[in-house]
Amino acid sequence: MQLLNIKKLKFLHCGPMSIQVNADEIIGLSGASGSGKSLFLRALADMEPHDGVILLDDLNQQDIEAHLWRQKVALLSAETSWWFDTVGEHFDEIAEDSLSALGFSKDCLQWSISRLSSGEKQRLGLLRIMQNKPEVLLLDEPTANLDKRNTQLFESFVKQYIENNSACVIWVGHDLEQLQRISPQRYEIEEGRLINVD
Amino acid sequence: MLIELSSLDLAMAGTLVVLLGALTAYMQLGISKQLYIAAARTTVQLLLVGLVLKSLFASTSLAFILLIAFIMISVAGWEILSRQKRKLKGWWGFGISTGSLFVSSFIITLLCLMTVIQADPWYSPQYAIPLLGMLLGNTMTGIALGMDRLVQNAWQQRPVIEQRLMLGQTADESISDIRREAMRAGMIPIINSMAAAGLVSLPGMMTGQILAGAAPVEAVKYQILIMFMITSGTGLGVISVLWLISKRLFDERERLCFKRLLKDTGTQYK
Repeated sequence: MQLLNIKKLKFLHCGPMSIQVNADEIIGLSGASGSGKSLFLRALADMEPHDGVILLDDLNQQDIEAHLWRQKVALLSAETSWWFDTVGEHFDEIAEDSLSALGFSKDCLQWSISRLSSGEKQRLGLLRIMQNKPEVLLLDEPTANLDKRNTQLFESFVKQYIENNSACVIWVGHDLEQLQRISPQRYEIEEGRLINVD
Repeated sequence: MLIELSSLDLAMAGTLVVLLGALTAYMQLGISKQLYIAAARTTVQLLLVGLVLKSLFASTSLAFILLIAFIMISVAGWEILSRQKRKLKGWWGFGISTGSLFVSSFIITLLCLMTVIQADPWYSPQYAIPLLGMLLGNTMTGIALGMDRLVQNAWQQRPVIEQRLMLGQTADESISDIRREAMRAGMIPIINSMAAAGLVSLPGMMTGQILAGAAPVEAVKYQILIMFMITSGTGLGVISVLWLISKRLFDERERLCFKRLLKDTGTQYK
């Protein structure tokens, strides 16, 4: 079942790009630095001006308010920002099993932001964005700062989520081995074009 | 009887300002030029207005007084803009600051003249002009501080604002903390003045009236009236500026839109 339908998307010097993503599917996306991978994700989340049509089921991105769209199509950027003093203040409520699935215990909610490592920020950032129960997850190099064990936890957590929620994922990364492992469908951005590289 | 000041007295006080300017220049604090220009302006502007104030107060033409009020508001709007590190492009900055001064200071002065003071005619310049002046002076400070704080903090905290947007917050929510900070920055001067009035500071207008022979209680009543007007004027002005600017910082798809800002020009006098 098709979930995300991107038609003739253009932004900056990139595009037109067209791609369909089905429910329960993970699309791996790679490309050289500066090729526009992050901008691509930002355009999908409507954080960047763009042309073209982006549909979620039958819902056009431009037909609902931007913040409601971003709750459904959630972007986890490579660098997460935290504005309160402690981790817990950034969460409404969080189930203990989600925390432990990513290797945290309940005490982490008391941690102060300044002591978080970049890997902890990435994992907690995923949990934070999951609070909106997004239908589409856009992950921008989400495991770049994680060790092997935490990368595994992260991958299986994401897989579990999309299976349970019929969601889909666009996963941007540099680690080709990882992209092959998690997704049968791999794309690359080259000179502003989206190329299928199975 | 007022003790007359000689030019030498003023020169002595002026020397202090010059020394301060030299000290800040030595310490590379980058404010001496602004300080000198402002000191020169206060001298020239006050001398000039001192010369025409008598004839101004003698005027009874409503059109003329409205013209003066219009000039005062425009200048205040311009001054607010010159105090900004990052301005909105085009006429937006001037429009927003002047418009907010108008809806706050001008309308509150009007209200006060017509319902509270009820001079005859209500636009009698010896009430209208100083009243508007006091309101504008204070509101201008509040707005300049609040506006600068809002835009600067939004600029510096861009990653946080964008993060909050990505988490599905509305544009309004995403900048709410920064706006609260800016509101505080704009209101602190007047809250300080009210809290310290009578204990730490003797407000100038009241003291002047008493020295000039007015009954102290009457002078105090006027001062309280003025304080309340200044506070509500500043509050309204800052609120409207913060609201309008935070709208302008986002586009119709709730994205931060910093291309509507001019480059950092520093806080130079123009």
